[in-house]
Amino acid sequence: MALKRLFGYLRPFGKRMSVGLVIKIMGTLVELALPYILSIILDEAVPAAAAAGDTKAGIRGIIFWSCMMLVCTVSALILNIIANRMASGVAKDAARNIRHDLFDSTMRLSCNQVDEFTVPSLESRLTSDTYNVHHVIGMIQRLGVRAPILLIGGIAITLSLDATLALVMLAVLPFISLTVYIVSKRGVKLYRSSQRAGDEMVRIVREDVQGIRVIKALSRKYYERKRYAASVDKLVGAETRASLTMSISNPLMNIFLNLGLVAVLFVGALRVDGGECAPGKIIAFIQYFTLISNAMLFVTRIFMMCTKGSASMNRICEVIDAANAQPAQVEDQPSDITSGDGDYLTFDGVDFSYFGDKGGALNLSDVSFSLRRGGTLGIIGATGSGKTTVLSLLMRFYELPTNCGRILLDGRDIREIPPRQLRRRVGIAMQNDFLYAGTIEENIDFGRGLSHEEIVRAAEIAQAADFIGALADGYDHKITAKGTNLSGGQKQRLLIARAVAGRPEILILDDASSALDYRTDAALRARLRELSGEGGTPITSIVVAQRISSVQYADLILVLDGGKIIGSGTHEELLESCDVYREISESQMGGAILD
Amino acid sequence: MTKRKNMAENTSPAEKKTSRRRVLWRVCGYIFEHKWLMLTAFAVMLVANLIALVAPYYSGLVINAIEPGRGSVDFETVGYYCTLLVVIYVVSAAFTYLLSFIMVRISQRIGARMRRQVFDHLTNLPVSYFDSHQTGDIISHISYDIDTVNASLSNDLLQIATSVITVVGSLAMMLSISPILSLVFAVTVPISLVFAKYRTQKVRPMFRKRSKKLGELNGYAEEMLSGQRTIKAYSIENIIVDRFDGHNEDACDAYYRADYHGSVIGPTMIFINNLSLTLITALGGLFYLFSITDPNLPLILVIDLGMVSAFVQYSRKFFGPINEFANILSEIQSATSAAERVFALLDEPTEPADRGDAVVLSDAEGDIKMEDVRFGYTETKEILHGVNIHAERGKTIAIVGPTGSGKTTVINLLMRFYDHDSGKIMFDGKELSSLTRDSLRSAYTMVLQDTWLFCGTVFDNITYGTDGATKEDVIRAAKAARIHDFIMTLPEGYNTVLSDDGVNISKGQKQLITIARAMLSRAPVLILDEATSNVDSRTEKLIQDALYALMEGRTCIVIAHRLSTIQNADRILVVRDGCIEEQGTHNELLDKGGFYASLYNAQFK
Repeated sequence: MALKRLFGYLRPFGKRMSVGLVIKIMGTLVELALPYILSIILDEAVPAAAAAGDTKAGIRGIIFWSCMMLVCTVSALILNIIANRMASGVAKDAARNIRHDLFDSTMRLSCNQVDEFTVPSLESRLTSDTYNVHHVIGMIQRLGVRAPILLIGGIAITLSLDATLALVMLAVLPFISLTVYIVSKRGVKLYRSSQRAGDEMVRIVREDVQGIRVIKALSRKYYERKRYAASVDKLVGAETRASLTMSISNPLMNIFLNLGLVAVLFVGALRVDGGECAPGKIIAFIQYFTLISNAMLFVTRIFMMCTKGSASMNRICEVIDAANAQPAQVEDQPSDITSGDGDYLTFDGVDFSYFGDKGGALNLSDVSFSLRRGGTLGIIGATGSGKTTVLSLLMRFYELPTNCGRILLDGRDIREIPPRQLRRRVGIAMQNDFLYAGTIEENIDFGRGLSHEEIVRAAEIAQAADFIGALADGYDHKITAKGTNLSGGQKQRLLIARAVAGRPEILILDDASSALDYRTDAALRARLRELSGEGGTPITSIVVAQRISSVQYADLILVLDGGKIIGSGTHEELLESCDVYREISESQMGGAILD
Repeated sequence: MTKRKNMAENTSPAEKKTSRRRVLWRVCGYIFEHKWLMLTAFAVMLVANLIALVAPYYSGLVINAIEPGRGSVDFETVGYYCTLLVVIYVVSAAFTYLLSFIMVRISQRIGARMRRQVFDHLTNLPVSYFDSHQTGDIISHISYDIDTVNASLSNDLLQIATSVITVVGSLAMMLSISPILSLVFAVTVPISLVFAKYRTQKVRPMFRKRSKKLGELNGYAEEMLSGQRTIKAYSIENIIVDRFDGHNEDACDAYYRADYHGSVIGPTMIFINNLSLTLITALGGLFYLFSITDPNLPLILVIDLGMVSAFVQYSRKFFGPINEFANILSEIQSATSAAERVFALLDEPTEPADRGDAVVLSDAEGDIKMEDVRFGYTETKEILHGVNIHAERGKTIAIVGPTGSGKTTVINLLMRFYDHDSGKIMFDGKELSSLTRDSLRSAYTMVLQDTWLFCGTVFDNITYGTDGATKEDVIRAAKAARIHDFIMTLPEGYNTVLSDDGVNISKGQKQLITIARAMLSRAPVLILDEATSNVDSRTEKLIQDALYALMEGRTCIVIAHRLSTIQNADRILVVRDGCIEEQGTHNELLDKGGFYASLYNAQFK
């Protein structure tokens, strides 16, 4: 299956590949001729000249055939190099296309699918699996032609030299194949378990490196050493078993091959004695024997490589297929922005579970609310209460199943709005969001090609302008991956700047100001309020927070608990009507965050 | 890590060579621990190879016995040598297996020893090492690097020895068969060696570039995959894919370039091999011809058919290892640099040993004093500029201040994760350096912002750090931390294994488990480092009482975001830019109208 897909990627290069293959075949054939010529010299040229007593003719014959050998040698060299290079070219182009398709697919996967694959697994598919496939494509073109031709050609020539001897030799091949098959089958299983043991060991190291403070504080050094030593012992056991199993195959194969060789010698002796065979042929036979057995080794190697390659290709195809299984996105539907004053955003009886029909508790149940254009929605609730789920559904990160209520934006079911179009209207900043290695400007722009003025404006709104201005290189300041050279508050301000830079209709702040001190947070909120009143399209905001003060001025505040709305209204209304809200509020008032 | 790499690149070639030699010696030290096994291995290898080496000679003798041709084959000789060959091959195969058996043992033992050594060393390293090195790097030393050294030990060492024996042995055999024919190698061997050296030199940087480009591709992919949701939110998938294509093109090109130049090596080696074969055939044919036709031929040139055959076989054997020469060399090189990295880690200075006269802190009471403490993580940048703190026994001290002001640094010094530069830190009136680290640290229990749970049962995670806790103790602690009810909903209750891919528990719940862990401890000092920032306000409210219970009777040092936790503190220290700006109780500070008051009042705006 997977190999078929692989060939699909090779098809565009069919012509180049066939030319390369023909050259490779020619190169291999001339190489095959060498032992043949050798047997001509030793068996025909020399004895004939010796019998005739004509030394000169013998010398001439030897020189002639030697020159033939030289020609074959040189042409084999040239042909093989050309063919190898062509193979590398094809491998490169095919691998590039595969990797492109794979990455493109990972970007199109839905969040559900990403959760299922997990990011580390996608990562290893993108790197080691595509690397394996690249390697295999190259090797198959080189060895995949050479080895079978050497094998088949060698067998054909030996058959023509002496069929009986050839059959004697071939009798060992089934044994060899069987050995390879059994050993590698067992070996692969054992390697897998040793890999698991290795993962286990790495996991402990990772845990301990991350928890070193706790370990040192609790003086658990010796306990951890014991825990680790146990995992090493397990690994040693597993690796030893695997290696010992695998290393049995070489000696076994050598025994079979060499026994075949002895058999050829012995049967050859019988046949020479019977006058059915010349002694020089046996020398040639031994030559071919080495060639064939080497080819055998290569064929088994190719076999192993193909197994590995097809496993990798399978993992790649899984991702591509998953991405393709999603309905295609329609790009160019008109976005009918109505400017009515009615409800802008409506959740209508929304039920949702991340596990779909597979059971498990609902992550959201019967969530309904509506918000006018330009309004502000606050959502507050405990971890796991479903705050982020509301946003994920709105952004169509996860798809709301058909019979689970509706989400309307401007009166239109969002399931009918192409995701890209929907998302283009939204600016979002999440709590631990994504900053990448690049300048501050690039991180705010985020590939949208905004003007510098837009970016400065966004930074200013997000209260980031001050700290950016304080940097020596300002907007060109380099951020490390994940923004590790910025403080939590600085990161959040950049993320908010990114969110407002595209002048969105809807601004979502998902716990995005938790690391800001109260003063900055208040300034930010004031600035956003101003912005909404500045004319143009009013901005509808959704603020998810744990602090009451971040949401208390919202037009509508939802209090979520266990996926249900247990209170909704304005700050004042909720203080009256919702015990939980009041409780939170009381615990926080006078409980400012001082960071 | 990268820093070290750069340094290594800056060293001169001569220094590099001596450092490489030192690494090799150190590896030899590990091998020497298994010297008897190793000697056995060498003996076994010697036997296996020598036996295998005589085989072509005997098959040549068989051919000579066949040569007279029809009706006059010497079957007695043929039968004798064929039997001998069978024995030789079987014995040699058996010895080969025995050899790998021994080598697997040795290399596994050495690998396990290195792994343990590295891990033990890691546990002795100061916290600063972990703060300045990436987890991924550390893991790659203990897994990938040691794997590389290990593989090299089990394969390359023997392969070199085998190669040497094969080359020397088959050369000796060829010399004994025909010294003149052997002269062919005087031509072809130097060609192949020069070629191999020249080529590998040219190709090596290309392979290095290939892995570098692939690494860059990995880095980019990792970054983008982790930000996939944001990328979707901004609909910039196409731009990200375009940029990826750039990296992809680079990686594929680098691979191709290495391949393009590397692809010459294989065919060229085969070419040189075939060239030798051609020369041997030509000369061997001539000598064979003269041996028949010219009775006066000097004895040294005389050769018969069987020996031509044996010679050809030996020449193939002879060239095998020479073809592999370049491969082995590059493997050894990568193993040496892997070993170098492992040793560099092993050479990292450990936490300085406790002072010779350090005493065990017993019956700790929890009276902590810092006097004019100065400290910086690097020499150039001082973080704390003369800090004075006194936390009396059983009192609660809160430290507040903006990020980067030095709050966590205070904790690092109190627990001696780092040693202060000047000033005095006293625990129960004793200088910290006069106490053993272990006993000092066991006087603390803590709940940190980054919850740390390991893959193990809930029970093990709670009892971590407290020996001999009973089930009842654990349940009491869990109840006090308000996590008992949740634990009971887990499939196996307290025996549920917490792992990354198993039970899904929230950050807040993880935090509660670490609070339960702290509850269990009898340490007199409690450190809460922004402990409740992962718990939402409502849950925080619920555990607030529990925390008060936890604080009861303990000296507490609290670093917190939320004022609610610290309002009741006996003293609040406001840290700003490494100095204590103001201190007092909540009300005192509010009355004072300083920095604290301004932060506090901001929330009501």
